[in-house]
Formats: sequence, structure tokens, C-alpha cells
Amino acid sequence: MSATATSTPPPAAPKVSGGKGGRTRFSFPVVLLIIAAALLALSAVRTITGAQDVTSAGQISAALAMAVPIGLAGLGGLWAERAGVVNIGLEGMMILGTFFGAWAGWQTDPWIGVLAGVVGGMLGGLLHAFATVTFGVDHIISGIAINILALGFTTYFAKLWFNTGDAAEKGGSPKQSPPADSITQFTVPGLSDWLHSVEVHHWFFVSDLAGILGGLVTHVSLLTVVAAGLFVGTFFVLWRTAFGLRLRSCGENPVAAESLGVNVYRYKYIAVIISGGLAGLGGAFLSLVTSHIYNEGQTGGRGYIGLAAMIFGNWRPGGLAMGAGLFGFADALQLRNGGESVHALLLLLVVMLAVLAVWKLYRKSYVPGVISAVIAAAVLVWYLSTDTVPTEFVSATPYVVTLLVLSLSAQRLRMPKADGMRYRKGQGK
Amino acid sequence: MKKFDKERLLLGIAAPLLAIVVAFLVTALVLAATGKEPFSAFGIMFDYGLKSDSQVYILNKGTTYYLAGLAVAIGFRMNLFNIGVDGQYRLAAFFAAAVGGALTLPGALQIPLIILTAMIVGAMWAGIAGLLKVTRGVSEVVSTIMLNSIATAIIGYLLQQGRLGHLDEAGTKVSTTPIPESSHFFEFPTTPTPVWGFIVVAVVAGFAYWFTLGRTRFGFDLRTVGQSGSAAEASGVDVRKMVVTSMLISGGMAGLIGMPTLLNDSYEYSGDFPVGIGFTGIAIALLGRNHPVGIALGALLWGFLERGTGKLEFEGYDKEIVGVIQGVIVLCVVIAYEVVRRYGLKRQQSRVGAELAAKAARNSDQQEVSA
Repeated sequence: MSATATSTPPPAAPKVSGGKGGRTRFSFPVVLLIIAAALLALSAVRTITGAQDVTSAGQISAALAMAVPIGLAGLGGLWAERAGVVNIGLEGMMILGTFFGAWAGWQTDPWIGVLAGVVGGMLGGLLHAFATVTFGVDHIISGIAINILALGFTTYFAKLWFNTGDAAEKGGSPKQSPPADSITQFTVPGLSDWLHSVEVHHWFFVSDLAGILGGLVTHVSLLTVVAAGLFVGTFFVLWRTAFGLRLRSCGENPVAAESLGVNVYRYKYIAVIISGGLAGLGGAFLSLVTSHIYNEGQTGGRGYIGLAAMIFGNWRPGGLAMGAGLFGFADALQLRNGGESVHALLLLLVVMLAVLAVWKLYRKSYVPGVISAVIAAAVLVWYLSTDTVPTEFVSATPYVVTLLVLSLSAQRLRMPKADGMRYRKGQGK
Repeated sequence: MKKFDKERLLLGIAAPLLAIVVAFLVTALVLAATGKEPFSAFGIMFDYGLKSDSQVYILNKGTTYYLAGLAVAIGFRMNLFNIGVDGQYRLAAFFAAAVGGALTLPGALQIPLIILTAMIVGAMWAGIAGLLKVTRGVSEVVSTIMLNSIATAIIGYLLQQGRLGHLDEAGTKVSTTPIPESSHFFEFPTTPTPVWGFIVVAVVAGFAYWFTLGRTRFGFDLRTVGQSGSAAEASGVDVRKMVVTSMLISGGMAGLIGMPTLLNDSYEYSGDFPVGIGFTGIAIALLGRNHPVGIALGALLWGFLERGTGKLEFEGYDKEIVGVIQGVIVLCVVIAYEVVRRYGLKRQQSRVGAELAAKAARNSDQQEVSA
């Protein structure tokens, strides 16, 4: 009857003919090789174009800071979807995190702010679980409703709480909170300086490696370390404990899980609440680490990008971390003199498209091959005829990258089998 | 199912009403908790919202929202989540404004041309998501969200002095070249402010939506795909083609969203062109349950809420409360519909069960008699 009244899953990704059935498994050495190849390509681009900022410590440091909120949102998505609940309300839960994080953060300690952000996100998660698990509302619809609701609430309360009395005196406004104290940052002593001294020589590959490592050990917020810990923790909890196995079984086949005595509702609730908490933490990171204040519209769709990063990462923490890193990198480009860097990366895109075209033609799929070749030529012309990319297009880079990456990888992905489907207790009887 | 079922209709109406009542209760709680008197606030809203100039405002706003709701609903009917209506209508309105400003044809020619441009641009932008879905398996939810942001970037790039933009005399605002007066859409000369003529187009669009979905083979196929893709496939519907087609239609409808504002109000596209209506459309489509009449009621309600709360600002309240009311309504309404749907299903099952049992009892009676 309507979108609210369907019991079938959303139309799954249609199978595309011509693809090979076999799926290559990414083992650890293979991943390392891919990373090394990407690094080689990056340093080659840097050496050829002279866009030194592509792998500088500053760029990588900024990329890391942008990747953390995206990664945390994605991790939130991972928990929910592993238990079979699609959570597009991540954006709203993130907004709650930015708001409550800054609200508690400016009045007390930033760490209490972090906690408040997590709790705020969890409340959003609880609401989502309530609607989708208890009432069986379509997951995407409930998520959208939560996004609308979170925006409405925070806009109202921001005006009420940040624009009066003490808060207004300390720099609050209807759309902005007073600043909170910073969370401690640290730099690994000695190592950071030494890496920097290697980086400034601009040697091929070596300096790039130094720049990247330097970015990872300079001015790192403690909250970033917490986030990294959560990634490792998520992997262990979900894939190495009985609790995790049960939780994932709810996302793969809830009826079977129920038959083994798993309380599916409870696991789904736990997963979605944790999911909200992680998104809230990502939001708190934005308001307390990235900018020290709450700002209306601060999340800028990062909840959605986190979801895209999770899909890109094939619903696994490692892949998600790579996806978040990629989007963080693209996000950081627009913060720093991005036009030149993006322009340099166009060359990389040309090479990749050319390789793809040759591969497709070799495999005798002429149409995609020719299309790739034509696009490669067009991008090459663009590269040669300009010196920089307009700022508006730099800001669109993360979104274009998301689309490109998903359209190249979506068919290789496997989502949890019962993801997004409505489940009723006892439906398998 | 064709038979008129009074209880069913009652349930259908009860759900949104319940949601609205709950929303007002929650809002009253929020207002009371923040130290403001809730009931006089509602009094002010209703008083002001029903004045004649407010009625005009609500109709004009409702026209835009109605088109947005329809655009989203087309996707919803086949289980496609076109979150990208927002980017589609902005991009469409921008290019339509650029075309309208560049030409000086007679109105009878130029107005259809502007509208057609908008629909084509909207359809193209939505079509990207449709193509990515059927050829590359990218979820339309993610791709349309990305396309929204990319649309923002494209408009930001083109809306500049020396490109398609045009700096006004005061030097403060960049907009597209204004559309010549001959191409302004007609208005109903109501007092104190006119009702936009585009409301006629919205009504026609609503009728076309109802007719296409409810009375044509295409609409039937579309709804079938929405309920079960595999069943539709088995009955010979090309699901992939349907996905692309309905995305194109949804995008074309999205192209119309900016038109009431462009042709009846602003006559140009500038930085203060309304944004975010695509998301409003999602809320309204949910509220109206994808039904052409329901969407109309939802659109008018949204216009009323915005008008009413706008007045609150002058009475010591904050107009931002509208976000709270709307958010709670949307969440309550989706839950209420689900509860009602489940209740209806149960009722149907028990009725069928009772009928079957009665039949079985009759049969066994007859058997006993004949034996």
C-alpha cells in the first residue's frame, strides 16, 4: 500500500550480468600490497606535479581529524546493520551528539561533554530501536523521521540555552554555543620532529611515508585514540565473542537466532543504542575537538557519509576504517589549499581510468572500455588546460569520490542477509 | 477490498489525527518544561493561522510542499527512497531560471519552456541515481544524498558574476537574470495578497499522480514492484526499467517544486531561494501516506504550522518550536500508521478465520446429515 506498509526488503541491488562469480578474498598481505601501491601512486603524482601538500604531515593530520567523526558514524552504522537494522538516523544522532557535547562541554569539562554527546546519541538510538524493533516501522522512514526530529529539537533548544544569560555572555548565539575547553592533544616527542626533517627533503616515496607517519603522530587528540580503540574493540566484540556472534546472527537470520534461544529484540535494541552512542561520539568529536563549539548544520551530512564509508567497507571494521580515511582525506583537501591538491589528484584519476579502460578492452568488454577511455581523455584535457580546481568543486570532492567508489565496488559487497527487513517475534513458527 | 469499509476509513483517519494530538501534547510539555505557557501559544497560532492573509500564505506554501510530497511519494510507492528530491529541485530551478532569464519569447511559449527545462534537469539528476542503481547496484539512498551535495557545489560554481550569475545594483546579491514580465505566471487577484496561479498546476499534477498510479497499467506495475520485486519480475515486469523510469518521473516532478516560487514570486534564482524543501516533501509524503489527498492535507498542515509559529516570535515564544512540532508529528505518524496497519491485518485475519470456520462447520453439518 505504502512505503510504511511493506514487509519485503527494499529491492536488492540487481545482479549485473558479465561479472565473474568468484569473489577474491582480501587477505592481510593483499591489503598491505594495495596500500603500498596506492602510496607509490600518490608519491609519483606528488613528484610529477609538485603538489607537495598531497602527502604532507599537515594534510594527513587534518585527514585523520576529519576521518574520525565519519569513522565513528560508520561504526555506529556497522553495529546497527550487523544486527539487521538500517540506521539512516545516524545524521540526527550525530546532531544530538554535537549539541549535547557542546552543551555539557562548555559548562563543565570537555570529557563530560563527550559523555553527554554519547548519551544524546544513545537517546536517538533508543528512539530508532523503539520505532523499528518494537513497532516494526520501515527502517529508512524511521531514520528520516529521527533526522527531522533531532534537527527540530536542537534548533529550538540551542536558541533557548545558548542565547540567554551566562551562555550569551560567553559568546553563545541562537545557532552557536559558547566555546568549550580543548581535549588534550599529544605529539610523540622526537619521532615527530625527525619525521618532519625527512619529509621536507621531498624524496620520492620516503618523504611521503614520513609525511603520512608524521601526520599520525603529531597533534593527535586523545579522543582520536579512543576512537581507534573503539574500532579494535568493535572487531573483537562482534567477531570474537559469543555476544557478537549472537548479535550478528540477528542481522543474518533472526528466525534461526530465535530458534536457538537468542532474544532478538534485546540484541537489536542493544545494537541500535550502541550505534546511536557511537554516532553521538562522532558528533561530540566534531563540536569538541574539531571546532570547540556547537554550530548549527555542523555535521554537514557526515552521518550519511559515514554510512557510505561503512557500505564501502563491506560492513567490516577494517574496510570501514579505510573508507573513512579516504573520505577524511577528501574532506581535508577542502580545508587546505585544496584546489592544487585536487588538481594533482586528477592525474591519478586519469591513470586509473586509463588502466581500467585497457583492462576492459583486453577483456573484450568494449563499451565500458571505450567509456572509461573517453572519460580519461576528458579529465586529462581538463588537467592540462587548468592549473587548479575551483573551490566549489573541491568541496564536492568527498561526494564525488563516494559515488565513484560505490559505483565501482557496490557489486562486490555483501550486506547482512536480513539487513533492513522487518522482524516480528515468533514469525518463524 | 473494493467494498466500502467504514471501520477501515476510520482507522486511516484516526492514525494521523492521533499523531497530531500527540505532537501537540509533546510540544506543550516542551513549552511547559522551558517555562512558557503552552495553551496561549496554541491559541495565538490558531487565531493567526486562520486569518485571510494567512490562508493565502498557506495555500502558496502548500503548493510548493504539495509538489514536493508528490515527487517523494512516486518513489515511495515503489519502495525507492528518493532522498535526492532536494538537490533535484534546486538544480532544476536554477537552470530553469537561467534559461528564463536568457530568453525573451512570448509568455505562452516561454513559460512552458521554463517548466520543461526544470522537469528535464530534475529528471536527469534523478536518473543518475536510477542508472547507478540498476547498472552498478548503488543504493539510491546513498547516491541521491551525494547528488544533493554535488548539486549544491554546481549551483555555487555557476551562480557567480561572469558565469550564470548577475550582481544586482546594490552589489550585495548575486542572482540569475530576472525572468521578463511577460513570462510571469498568472495570479488569482485575492486580497490582501494574491494566490499563486501555480496552484492549478499542482492540482493537475495531483490528479495525474492519482490517475497514473491508480488507473493505468504502468501505475499497477509500479505498485507491484514496490510490494514485491520478485513477484513483479515473475509477472513480466522489467524491474530495472521501472526503477529508472520512476526515478525519472520522480525527478521530473521534483523539477516542478521550485516553479511556484520562481514563476510567481522571486522570478530569479539567488542565494535566498528556499532550500531543504525536498526533506519537507519526505515528511509530507509520509504524513499523507502517499495518497494525493492526504499529501494535500499534509502540505496545508505544514504551511499552517509555519505560519502560526512565525507569529509566536512576536509574543515572547520562539518560532523554532515548529521544528519540534513537525519532527514529533512525523515520528508519531509513522508509528501510528504501523500500529493501525498491524491492527487491520489482524482484524482481517480473524475475520477470514471466522468465515472459514463457519464454512467448515456448515460442511461438517451437511456431511453428518447425508451420512
